[in-house]
Amino acid sequence: MLKRVVITGLGVVAPNGVGIEEFERAIKNGVSGIRYFEELAEKKFSCCVGGQPEVSEEKMLEYFSPLQLRNFTSWGILYGVMAGMDAWQDAGLPIDATEVDEDAACIFGTGISGVEKMAEVTLKVNAGNVRRLGSTTVLQTMTSGVSAYLNANIGFGNQVTTNSSACTTGTESLIMAFDRIRLGKAKRVLVGGCSDHGPYIWGPFDAMKVMNFKSNEAPEKASRPMSATAAGFVPGSGAGAMVVESLESAMERGATIYAEVIGTAINSGGQRNGGTMTAPNATAVQRCIRTAVKEAGVESKEIDLINGHLTATVKDPMEVENWALALERNGKDFPYIHSLKSMIGHCIGAAGSIECVSAILAIKGDYVFPSINCEDLHPQINEIVAKERIPSALVEQAGINIVAKAGFGFGDVNACVLFKKYNKE
Amino acid sequence: MSAPAYCSKDTVRNEYHCVLFKNIQMSDKELIELLKKIVKPYIQNEEGFAQLSESTHLIDDLKINSANLVDVVLDIEDAFDIEIEDDAFENMLTVKAAMAVITEKVAAK
Repeated sequence: MLKRVVITGLGVVAPNGVGIEEFERAIKNGVSGIRYFEELAEKKFSCCVGGQPEVSEEKMLEYFSPLQLRNFTSWGILYGVMAGMDAWQDAGLPIDATEVDEDAACIFGTGISGVEKMAEVTLKVNAGNVRRLGSTTVLQTMTSGVSAYLNANIGFGNQVTTNSSACTTGTESLIMAFDRIRLGKAKRVLVGGCSDHGPYIWGPFDAMKVMNFKSNEAPEKASRPMSATAAGFVPGSGAGAMVVESLESAMERGATIYAEVIGTAINSGGQRNGGTMTAPNATAVQRCIRTAVKEAGVESKEIDLINGHLTATVKDPMEVENWALALERNGKDFPYIHSLKSMIGHCIGAAGSIECVSAILAIKGDYVFPSINCEDLHPQINEIVAKERIPSALVEQAGINIVAKAGFGFGDVNACVLFKKYNKE
Repeated sequence: MSAPAYCSKDTVRNEYHCVLFKNIQMSDKELIELLKKIVKPYIQNEEGFAQLSESTHLIDDLKINSANLVDVVLDIEDAFDIEIEDDAFENMLTVKAAMAVITEKVAAK
């Protein structure tokens, strides 16, 4: 029989809050973490705003030794390790310097690792100075670096890997863990996603002209999902992490259960029928959502809240339409819907994981955090959803029992997960 | 640990930036003291480090991770403004051998 799967630990390093407490306070209050970066202007970026977690060097030293931090510029790994360690400790799981936990796995994703380090590699190699790269360049630039660093700290004895599927990465890692636990191949999995900050990772998106270059003077207003004046996404960075665990294991340990994972789906539109390298095949998105709802064994009318992908590009109305068609709900009957990206931007490889963390917090705390910067709701979205279902202020005691979270990524890949308030039945 | 007088130290990253002596003669004792400061971030055996002498083996006695040896050598290069080739590098497994390489390279500058 398939095992029930729950969430027992959370960690987050986000542009508007580092650590669960600070992050939750920020999202409930609609606090934007988007800032202006002089460096981007100097480097002639069109979009000079972005989201970057504020982490002091003292804070880094709580997670890394001074030796590890020498010449360390792999920021996604830094954020991933911080969030991952926080989640593990939040779950009340031990960190033993000698024991290896055979039942514990780590599936921690990223879109790319250590781009700033790679820039250094290019410079040194081209200058004939390859020998000056030192011993940690490989560890900082290998895609699985984040799970390798986490493994050094925690000592997983089960699968240790890094998944990568563009902007669905974080959500996908959770779903991969869900499958592994349900089949009894692991009892607990540390999952998450992380992403670098800075000009080298954001630059290629700037070049694609998919970022908002019209709001450099008003950073906090720049990320505008679902707004009529949405003008492209704002790049972000950071990490989210969760401990995914079998219900049995959580009960045995007497762990705090944040929520249950009841249904999941991963698919692709195959870059056919409207799907391209950068745009989703709508039919496949709808199929992904329907499959997750079906696996959860619930009716679509039971979904209380949608934590959307909603990046603030021209694709937002299409996403909302896909939700409406897949769930067969609209107008005042539509679930609450919001976009965390309105506050932290699009954290790329970390987006899905930070957003899953926010979805789980919403269930645990029974609230809907505001979706900011869409006071001028896009008319096409307003035709589908009543404005009151997109809160611009915190809704408390919102009766949140089931949250649907989806993520979509370049390459035409989709992921959807349903979280439910845990009850023993 | 405070930085040597001739070095500035980035306290958070524990990184030394040493601008060193082209023409300064060091005694063996001074050289060992400086080497101690360079290897300190990498050692995993405090006892071996406390007893560090010419005969100390970097891996066996100080338990320096072998992957980190290249970083120790890069730090030595920075500290003395020298370049250490692969052949010399392979032999730098004891304090004595390191001292010999450093002395030779500094003298050849």
